[in-house]
Amino acid sequence: MNNFASMHGLKFAAALAAALALGACSKNPTDLDGLNGSGAGGAGGLGGAGGAGSARPGSTQDFVVNVGDRIFFDSDSSEVNGAGQTTLDKQANWLNQYGSYAFTIEGHADERGTREYNFALGARRAEATKNYLISRGVSASRIKTISYGKERPVAVCDDISCWSQNRRAVTVLKPGS
Amino acid sequence: MTLALTRRNVTALLGGLSAVPLLRGSGQAERYIDVRGGGDFKPVNVVVAPFGGDSGAAMTSIVVNNFKRSVFINPVEGGDMGADSAPNMDAARAANAQYVVTGRSGRGEGRMKTEFRLWDVGSGAQAAGQQYVTDPNNSRRVAHIVSDAIFSKITGEKGFFDTRVAFVDETGPRENRRKRLSIMDQDGANVRHLTRGDDLVVTPRFSPNSQELTYMAFGAEDPRVFLLNIDTGQREVVGNFPGMTFSPRFSPDGQRVVMSLEQSGSANLYSMDLRTRATTRLTDSGAIDTSPSYSPDGSKIVFESDRGGTQQIYVMGAGGGGANRISFGSGRYSTPVWSPKGDYIAFTRQGSGGFAIGVMKPDGSGERILTEGFHNEGPSWAPNGLFVMFFRNGGGGPKLHMTDIFGRGEFPVPTPGFASDPSWSPLLG
Repeated sequence: MNNFASMHGLKFAAALAAALALGACSKNPTDLDGLNGSGAGGAGGLGGAGGAGSARPGSTQDFVVNVGDRIFFDSDSSEVNGAGQTTLDKQANWLNQYGSYAFTIEGHADERGTREYNFALGARRAEATKNYLISRGVSASRIKTISYGKERPVAVCDDISCWSQNRRAVTVLKPGS
Repeated sequence: MTLALTRRNVTALLGGLSAVPLLRGSGQAERYIDVRGGGDFKPVNVVVAPFGGDSGAAMTSIVVNNFKRSVFINPVEGGDMGADSAPNMDAARAANAQYVVTGRSGRGEGRMKTEFRLWDVGSGAQAAGQQYVTDPNNSRRVAHIVSDAIFSKITGEKGFFDTRVAFVDETGPRENRRKRLSIMDQDGANVRHLTRGDDLVVTPRFSPNSQELTYMAFGAEDPRVFLLNIDTGQREVVGNFPGMTFSPRFSPDGQRVVMSLEQSGSANLYSMDLRTRATTRLTDSGAIDTSPSYSPDGSKIVFESDRGGTQQIYVMGAGGGGANRISFGSGRYSTPVWSPKGDYIAFTRQGSGGFAIGVMKPDGSGERILTEGFHNEGPSWAPNGLFVMFFRNGGGGPKLHMTDIFGRGEFPVPTPGFASDPSWSPLLG
């Protein structure tokens, strides 16, 4: 099911994004290898080559590195907060400029909730993100949503610094679209 | 005792089992211990004498191991006491035992013959006895059936040893766990992985006849609820819903699956008739309604909802309609599961003390916490309603545990590695 090559590309890109946005989970540098916003059954990888410095405008790297592919939520909340709005405004501008991309919004929850509820909570977060982008002029027809609940954490320590990174919605561009 | 032998059990599981009572005279009619009282109690000491015959040692070991996790029976290993005549009770009295088990198990003519006798130390009389003839491949199941017969005689309750557990086997790093749908016997033997781990799978639930599982899986499309036939491996999607379906569970008659459908940020409950494929919408709250579980008579559904602001437990009719909140303690309540006996609802409670597993009566009264900490989740009932299995994420990864419904005895359930989302099958017999 998983395309190994594209998963690899995704991991790389997602790791970069998390590192830039947050300094990642600094307790454990090896976590960077595992940072993976999509996971099994995910919407596919972010193609392209090159590091942050060589992100071509309009490329998936450009989106991840220069715009920011993810927003974060308060505990047990699906409300897009101020920081999230800032990021989504940038996402909307970029997505409106590069209108050929279709994309999936992945909703995630931290581990402090039961499995079933967290699938629904992740879905709410993806939906809230989608609705915000639509309100900024992005066409609904380009947007798919999926929830991974608490199944795909990016940060795996057992304290608040990690939980807050896991409560997220990630905008994953469809490669080649 | 009588064994209800359905055609399924004979052909699919036991390869032809016949059971003959071995009881002479009138066995002791009364149970020895009241296990539903909830107060202090002393486990019943039972001497398990080594079974005779070429399969005797294996049989004894399985029975003793079962009783070690039974809370109510304390197995005492005994010397050889023979299998036929009344054993010498002096050793049993010295061990302060109330019962002695003797037996034998061996092969002959391609079949395996197993018999046991349960002796009441006080009277010296035989209290129970049975002979089983079966295919040699089923020796472990016969040991569980023997264990159940003894447990039933002593407690007056149905047993729980001749059961399986479906669970999610977890391997790999936490941020990208490989999850496989798996089943095993309740004592951890005969593990089978039913999926390869390519797709994320969660929340398997047994059908009432133990032949199928319903669960949620991720794949190429939206995550969905599936049905899997355990023996044939045949898999199908449950329903054609326009969105993610999750948190499935069978109705007690096996004719329906109830589940959540996520649409536009809210999750509502639906049931699907497995024969007609007709679906019925049960809730319409705009909230997160999930973890539905039928009452054993099929007339009601308990579920969790955040319609009032936080996750709480509600009960409604099985056809939908007005729901009454039943959880009023402190914290958030989730994953309610109705006991097969009907007398309790098990749940996960999230509060200041972490994640607790508890039980309450169906009207919400009598709440009792069985275990609390970070992080317990996902209770599932033993078929006799006396025990609850759940998973605990105690660092590194989740493991399965079981406790009696008064929290008097807790035991780890052996699994090959990390394991979550247990579902305890009905009695296979």
